[in-house]
Amino acid sequence: MIFLLDILTATLRNATPLVFGVVGETYTERAGILNLGIEGTMYAGAFFGFAATAVTGSLELGILAAIVVGVASGAVMGLFSVTLGTSQHVAGIGLTLGLIGISEFINRLYFGSSEGLRRIESYQLLEPFGPDNIFNQYALTYIAFLVVAPLGWWVLRSTSFGLGIRAVGENPEAADAAGLSVSLYRYAALMIGSALAAVGGAFITLATLGTFTLGIIAGRGWVVIALVIFGRWRIWRGVFGALVFAGVFSLQLRLRILPGWDAVPFELLLALPYLVVIAALAISGRNVEYPGAYLKPYRRD
Amino acid sequence: MTAAGDSPATPVVELRSISKRFGDVLANEGVNLSLWGGEVHGVLGENGAGKTTLMRILYGLSIPDGGEIYVDGDLAHFASPKDAIGAGIGMVTQHFALVRPMTVTENIILGRTGGAILDLDRAKDLVEEAADRYGLHVEPDRRLSDLSVGEQQRVEILKALYRECRVLILDEPTAVLTPQEIRALFATLDRLRASGMAIVFISHKLPEVMELTDRVTVLRHGKVVHTVETDEVDAAGLASWMVGRPAAPPEPRTHSEPGATALEVSDLSAVGGLDLPALSDVNFEVAAGEILGVAGVSGNGQTELAEVLSGMRKPTAGSIIADGTQIAGKGPKQVIAAGVGRIPEDRHEALVGDMSVANNLILEHLDEAGKRLILDRDRIRANALDLIERFSIKAGPDDLVKTLSGGNIQKVLLARVLVREPRVIVVSQPTRGLDIGATAYVRNELLAMRRQGAAIVLMSEDLDELLELSDRLIVLYDGRIAGRVDAAEADRDQLGLLMAGHTEVA
Amino acid sequence: MVKWRRGATTAGLILLGTFVITAPFIMLAGANPFAAYGEFLVSPLTSRYSGLEVLVSSIPLILTGVSVALAFRAGYWNIGAEGQLLMGAVAGAGVGMLVSDQSRFLVLPIVILAGAAAGALWALVPALLRVKMGIDEVVTTLLLNPVALLIVTALLSGPWADPETGFPESERIAESAQFPILVPRSRLHLGFLVGLAIAGLVWFVLSRTVAGLQVRAVGSGPKAARFAGISVGRTLLTVALASGAIAGIAGASEVSGIQYRLTGGLSAGFGYTGIVVATLGALAMPTVVLAALLLADLNVGAGSAGRVLGVPSQLGDVIQATVLLVTVGVLAYRRYHHKVLKSEVEEAPGEGAVPEVEEVDTS
Repeated sequence: MIFLLDILTATLRNATPLVFGVVGETYTERAGILNLGIEGTMYAGAFFGFAATAVTGSLELGILAAIVVGVASGAVMGLFSVTLGTSQHVAGIGLTLGLIGISEFINRLYFGSSEGLRRIESYQLLEPFGPDNIFNQYALTYIAFLVVAPLGWWVLRSTSFGLGIRAVGENPEAADAAGLSVSLYRYAALMIGSALAAVGGAFITLATLGTFTLGIIAGRGWVVIALVIFGRWRIWRGVFGALVFAGVFSLQLRLRILPGWDAVPFELLLALPYLVVIAALAISGRNVEYPGAYLKPYRRD
Repeated sequence: MTAAGDSPATPVVELRSISKRFGDVLANEGVNLSLWGGEVHGVLGENGAGKTTLMRILYGLSIPDGGEIYVDGDLAHFASPKDAIGAGIGMVTQHFALVRPMTVTENIILGRTGGAILDLDRAKDLVEEAADRYGLHVEPDRRLSDLSVGEQQRVEILKALYRECRVLILDEPTAVLTPQEIRALFATLDRLRASGMAIVFISHKLPEVMELTDRVTVLRHGKVVHTVETDEVDAAGLASWMVGRPAAPPEPRTHSEPGATALEVSDLSAVGGLDLPALSDVNFEVAAGEILGVAGVSGNGQTELAEVLSGMRKPTAGSIIADGTQIAGKGPKQVIAAGVGRIPEDRHEALVGDMSVANNLILEHLDEAGKRLILDRDRIRANALDLIERFSIKAGPDDLVKTLSGGNIQKVLLARVLVREPRVIVVSQPTRGLDIGATAYVRNELLAMRRQGAAIVLMSEDLDELLELSDRLIVLYDGRIAGRVDAAEADRDQLGLLMAGHTEVA
Repeated sequence: MVKWRRGATTAGLILLGTFVITAPFIMLAGANPFAAYGEFLVSPLTSRYSGLEVLVSSIPLILTGVSVALAFRAGYWNIGAEGQLLMGAVAGAGVGMLVSDQSRFLVLPIVILAGAAAGALWALVPALLRVKMGIDEVVTTLLLNPVALLIVTALLSGPWADPETGFPESERIAESAQFPILVPRSRLHLGFLVGLAIAGLVWFVLSRTVAGLQVRAVGSGPKAARFAGISVGRTLLTVALASGAIAGIAGASEVSGIQYRLTGGLSAGFGYTGIVVATLGALAMPTVVLAALLLADLNVGAGSAGRVLGVPSQLGDVIQATVLLVTVGVLAYRRYHHKVLKSEVEEAPGEGAVPEVEEVDTS
């Protein structure tokens, strides 16, 4: 029982950064843009969130820093994929490499490795119903599941803004002819998506770890991209995918400490969630209907 | 703002000396056009005459290099469709600007939702009200991808009306409709004209322009040739303005005696996108030296039929025997080897735009492109020079295909296919988007192949083209053959009924 | 002449843009940007040893650059060169630890082939998923990168851990499995010739053979290629495996030419840098080799700038990413403003259409 409770609690926690990322990337892709910069954006969110908190002592300023970095990263991706119309694959990879490079460069400069890991006073778990139950989570986890995901779903489905996002991603010619600015909607989707991804990254440094280490995102951004496709660009399916990934992730963490499992190298268990996502894509991702204007820059003439 | 009908002294919209250049091409030069409330204004011209460019400028999709636009007598600047919509201009483009996975209502209110939160019920009421007023019936909750082409066009018109437009531009609106649907469209346009709207009707079909319009402006090479009251001219006069010389009568079709059966299609069925049935139990034969025309409103299985015959789509059942070889379910390679020449509806799906003319000309026969796997570049080049000469393609062997004009691209495709003297030819929309010269060239090549004894299946949305070229016609409706007609005895109304799904009266 | 001047202007704009964007970071580290760029680009070429070091560090970049460029030319978005490289390194090290004192002429080809096979194998699953089921290869190749790294770590912390030191490194490979040094008193090894040979081979196949024409047709117009009877699926599968194999050789070459053992830090993100190299080289093999040399120069320079000027060497990564972005940005900008001169880039690959399964496979 305790084992199961433990895993469920950990699942919600480990799913949190992915939920931020999945909701954000769903917006971006519904607007027609594949943002491979998300891995670097999560990385930079984790680092700059940590750095701002380390300098100011305020966790809120850490989150704010992550949001600012995310919006800026979305704007840069917009410059390339929307304004200049370059290959989204290359621009996204370049952005990821650049953001990871900048984070590690500044980390080296100001938080140099010589003095060991620098820790911050991180977010505390909320205990609304006393200790040892599934509700012992960080506030950001509550926000992810109770605010970001439902609000993201509702805005996409039921508001003019959401309708516009869907239109520019399916048929930008039609959106343009209807008087919408395709660029504006795509920039907005990128900035919102990247800001959410950056907050997801900051969750890891500001809540779960309390510090920044190199390689901290470890492909979670790629997982987010896979989950969005697995979710067929529906937010709730994507969130479900995040829970599955986090569930497998949490399970392998717990399995490691069980007797009999120590013979299996833990790295192989660590690889399991990635393989599960690939398998999930293979099972459910056959010939999915991509957004109509996926990967296509829009120009009038 | 004054309502259009109240002030007959000023036109609703006036274009003055509009010019637009693309590279070396002057698409519009000093064009003047005034549109009055309560008139249908025809804009007539060949493909490439500058009609669409002019309308894109009027709708804010293109910025003119020179000239002014006046709305109700006041100078206006349209930087985007948003400005044009604000000035009361609506446009129904040739390729509908609709979002296919969205509902009718969502499409109509897109960009004019009237609030941050979508009130779909209120929007639905408004849509239904507009539909009632103008006789444009569509179900507001259906997805666009489930609608027929005619219904989609109604949604486009509703979209413009929902934005309270006073000027409605229709770009080649009848190209995709059955004769009956055209009549319904004209009735709607009459009602809109009576309500004081200015309607721009772009077409190259003279009878329709003569029937519907009050005034007509003829464009040629980007310039206005004449603007006249429709009553004061006849079709022949318009035609000569359009092409700059008296229209040549079509080359008389020589009678040819069909030979033995070269293509035999039996019980053919196939599924289309989303695995929905697209063809059911299709049977027909084509004899050597015969052209079989396939008529139908687009989306009734013609695309799938062409793909199945070309080896691009696997049938779910049935047999296709081309020149003695069973090709049902075979891939493009075997279909080519069986002696089938294929010209698809989208030229860009048959040629690699980013590759040279020479490479594209050899692409279907790569086994001849090299000696022992190494490319024989001299041979590829010689082959290209030969075909460029024989098919009078205006391009060099090293030019990228994407830099050629539509007519020359089609010639490259024809050259690649026809030089093999195929026994069977599957050809779709061979003249779509081509100017009169290129159109005549392509049609004459097809007729020449017919004389040489090829069996030709011709798919076209242009009824005139089908009637001009075919010996026999079949009509597809909902994936089935709705009727078979001898081209010499074909009656347009009867064809229209068959295209609309009324089965043949025995 | 016009073309030449345009090329020079483009290169000038790229250099200027990269410098302007990265200069603030250099100043943040308390160094003079001009001095730093001198250190990055010029100083490696001023001594024999560091000049040869540039060639040494160009080896994995040439190989991953060619690997990525080949895949991109076919419109196959292999972003998994990093994982394929690591698996190639595992296989190369495995062979190297297995053999003892057999002849080099026997062992070295086996090492290279083992690296190629492992890289191809790592590329196989995403390629099959793409060709048979239409699953986007971008995501699957990416996801396998962290998995490959975890396999390396698992091996090094478990079965292959060096029994003597206990460090997360494997035992040293046999001498017969080590690449010979080409130039005395340097680290320049056989891998350099292997890299050049493979770049030459890929160039020849792409531009001079029937198969290469097929690959280019599939990359520029998959639908038209299929229409013309080319098996798109088989072409993509072949290219994906070849791309994986070349990346795998890069890994084996790092083990046999530099490290002489499997280590966790064997790849400094070479697989991702390969994407930068391929893009800077405009997917054409001769320029890809040049781009690899340029970035190698930068890498060596970034290392020494760290020691000499106190600018953290991670700045090298920042500059690489900046060069990549500025290059695609400037090219896109100039393409947009000179649409008339389109024909300059021959046979640019398509934008990578949404994956699609071939409905009818020709056999």
